[in-house]
Formats: sequence, structure tokens, C-alpha cells
Amino acid sequence: MKEKVIVKDLHKYFDKLEVLTGIDTVIYEGEVVCVIGPSGSGKSTFLRCLNKLEDVTSGTIIIDDFNITDEKVNINKVRENIGMVFQQFNLFPNMTVKKNIMMAPVTLKKMTTEEASAKADELLTRVGLLEKADSFPGELSGGQQQRVAIARALAMNPDIMLFDEPTSALDPEMVGEVLEVMKDLAAQGMTMVVVTHEMGFAREVADRVLFMDGGVICEEGTPEEVFLNPQQERTQDFLRKVL
Amino acid sequence: MNFGRVISEATPLLLQGLRYTLIVSLIGIVIGIVIGLVMCLMNMSKNKLLRSIAGVYIWIIRGTPMLVQAYFVFFGFPQLLQLLIPGFRLEAFSAGIITLSLNAGAYLAEIFRSGIQAVPKGQTEAARSLGLSSSKTMMKVVLPQAFKITIPSLVNQFIISIKDTSILSAIGLAELTNMTKQYVGKSYEFFASYVYLAVFYLVIVSLLMILSNYIEKRLKYERKSNS
Repeated sequence: MKEKVIVKDLHKYFDKLEVLTGIDTVIYEGEVVCVIGPSGSGKSTFLRCLNKLEDVTSGTIIIDDFNITDEKVNINKVRENIGMVFQQFNLFPNMTVKKNIMMAPVTLKKMTTEEASAKADELLTRVGLLEKADSFPGELSGGQQQRVAIARALAMNPDIMLFDEPTSALDPEMVGEVLEVMKDLAAQGMTMVVVTHEMGFAREVADRVLFMDGGVICEEGTPEEVFLNPQQERTQDFLRKVL
Repeated sequence: MNFGRVISEATPLLLQGLRYTLIVSLIGIVIGIVIGLVMCLMNMSKNKLLRSIAGVYIWIIRGTPMLVQAYFVFFGFPQLLQLLIPGFRLEAFSAGIITLSLNAGAYLAEIFRSGIQAVPKGQTEAARSLGLSSSKTMMKVVLPQAFKITIPSLVNQFIISIKDTSILSAIGLAELTNMTKQYVGKSYEFFASYVYLAVFYLVIVSLLMILSNYIEKRLKYERKSNS
């Protein structure tokens, strides 16, 4: 399997607070990696370092042979291939659903308006929201907004998708529809890194689970290994509380 | 207090003045918006020099009365420039536009800044994560939303600028207030003339308020009904 993301000795400080204290991991092409752990463990910060929404203090992150921690690498180009889905959806409230999806590919001249429009229709069909194309985000439910956000990220044809607690802001009855879309994506072979509190999802869909605590990866392995037979005490503790 | 006389005699004069008031306000506000936007972006940039320039500009304009600014632009500044270009003079018209746009620009810079800062950070992050550069993010995502947030304060500033053109009568610009003053000087119809002048300003400002309400309704983020 081809290495897609290589993280070496990643450290991240917020002022004097060290949030990531040395992370090493490799994410392979087509792999679905779920990151779990208590709040404050650095999961989201780790994810946000992967597309440099957070500046890295030290260490290297190599994505498709580009060292994104190198100042000379054009991070905008790298980000075009990394989709990101946020906890709060972050849809553009002043644009229709369809415009939300078309904006980036058209602005960045990846597609003509016609191509982007066709792509938007295709993606909206895929997430089951074609009839909402002309609605504004404020008129949709949380679950619908998050599905649009996934479609928006996919419009750039990324080959990695990052999910930052995508279902944490949703009402419980809407979690399922979003996870369905994500499962679909995983089944199609997308490389995915998912920070989540949905242990059921992690168990079912992940190829590998990373358990983070205190700014490091405490334990990693297949869902069976981590959920059924955790080796570290901290992992056992955490799983006892959430399962 | 002969309103009939004032209306028949002063109307042509005031309409002339109205032309100047409207032209100077309009050009002044448009240039002011450009200055305001540039100063706002400079003020928010990472470059310390740009930030200081914008900061000093805003500080000076907000810290001095517009009447003093008008005197400076019309009388003071040309004297300085005459050292380089002998005989340099500024018309009241250009001096008026310069004063008004510099003045509005400082206040607009602060209005834009508050609007930009009111756009949630997640909007920027979403745009950046899609691969947009910081300038494209600003143009495509942040500014359009900031603009909507700032409409009420923008309109407020436009109203202030329109009324502030009356200050420019002090440097001899033949706008509404100046024309009225001249008419009063000949006719001694103080009360009726100034009431009539006030009505002119009230009408302009009211029209602007109606327009802004209409724009604000049009910019609501919801599906336009098909009817």
C-alpha cells in the first residue's frame, strides 16, 4: 500500500501550552483512520495540522511526497487535494447550496461553471439533496447542512478527506444520515481521517483506530484490537467511560 | 416669514446647491469606500508599517473636526504644495471631495473592520481548506458577508457624509447650505429659508433610508419565492 500521509515527530504549542507532544504515524492510501480520545487530547489539533489550518511548531508532515511543513511548498495547492469537514459545517450562508459546492472549483479554475454545475448536481444526488440545490444553508437541518459540506469538500476531487467531529453538533436523529454518506465514501476507497466520538462508526468503518491522550498517540490498531483488547490503561479507562 | 416668497425665489438656487451636495456626496462616498477598504485591510495586515500608516490616518481623521480638515485641504495643503509647484490652487469643489472622502474613509475603515471581524472564523477556515488563498478568501467569502453585516452602519455613515457636506460651505463650495446662506443674506427670510433647507436634507436622507431598507430585504439569505 502506498503511503499517503507521513507524520514525523509532530509538536504543536499554543503559546506555552504543548498540545501535541510528538506524533508519529503513517496513513496509507485508501485507509480509513478514526482518531478517538478524551477532549483536550489534541485530536482536532492533530487533524488541523494535516492541512495546516494550524501552524506546526516542529516536526514534518509529508503528503503525497510534499513536505507541507516546508515554507516553500504552496499550501493552497496541497489543500486542493485535501477535503475538510467541520463540526460546525461552516457552509457559506450567503450562497445557495449549489453555489457553496461550485465556488471553489470555479474560483480556482479547476472547472468551468458548466462542469462545476454538473459536478454539484452529481454530488447532491449522491448525498440525497438534489432538491435542495437552490436553498440557502439556513433553510436546512443540521444533518442536511453537513451532507452539503461533505459534497462541497468533494467538489475539488480531493484524494484525502479530513473530518473534524462531523456529527458532534448534530441532533441525535440526524447523526445516521451523515454517517451513511461517510460510509459510502469509505466504501469507494477514499483516504479518510476522522476525529469522532461515534465509537460505533469507528468500530464498523475504520481500518485503524488511533487513541490519543495528552498530545500523543497512546495506542493504535485495528478496531478489534483497540476496542476489544486495549493494551494501555488510559485506553481501557477511556473506553470504559464511553462504551 | 413669507414661505411663498422663499419657495418661489430660493427653489432655483437650492436646486443648484442640491446638485453640488449630491455630486460631492456621491463622489466623496465612493472614493471614501475605496479608501476605507484599503485602510481597513492595511490596518488588519501582518505588516507593521502598513498597520501603522492606517492607524495614524484613522487617528488623525477621527481626532480632528471636519471643519479643520476642510480648512487644511483647501488653504493649508496648497500652501505646502506651492513650495514644489508655484501657484498651485485647489478648487472648492475638489477640496470638498478630498475632505469628504478622507473623512468618510477613516470611519468606513473602522466600519469595515468590525464587519470583517464579525464574520465567523469558520468561514475563513472552510474557504482556506478548499484551497483558496487568503486574498481570494477575503474577496469571495469574507467581504460579501461582512458587507451585509455592515449595511446599517454604512448607511449611517452615508447619511453623516451627506449632511457633512454643509460644513464645506465654509470653504465656499456652492452646495445647499451655502446657497441658502447667500439667499438669506439678500432676503432676510431667516426662518422660512432654513426650514426649507432642512426639508431638502430630510428628503435626501429619507430617500436613502428607503433605498437601504429595500437593499437589506433583498440581501436576506433565503430562497426567493417563485411568485
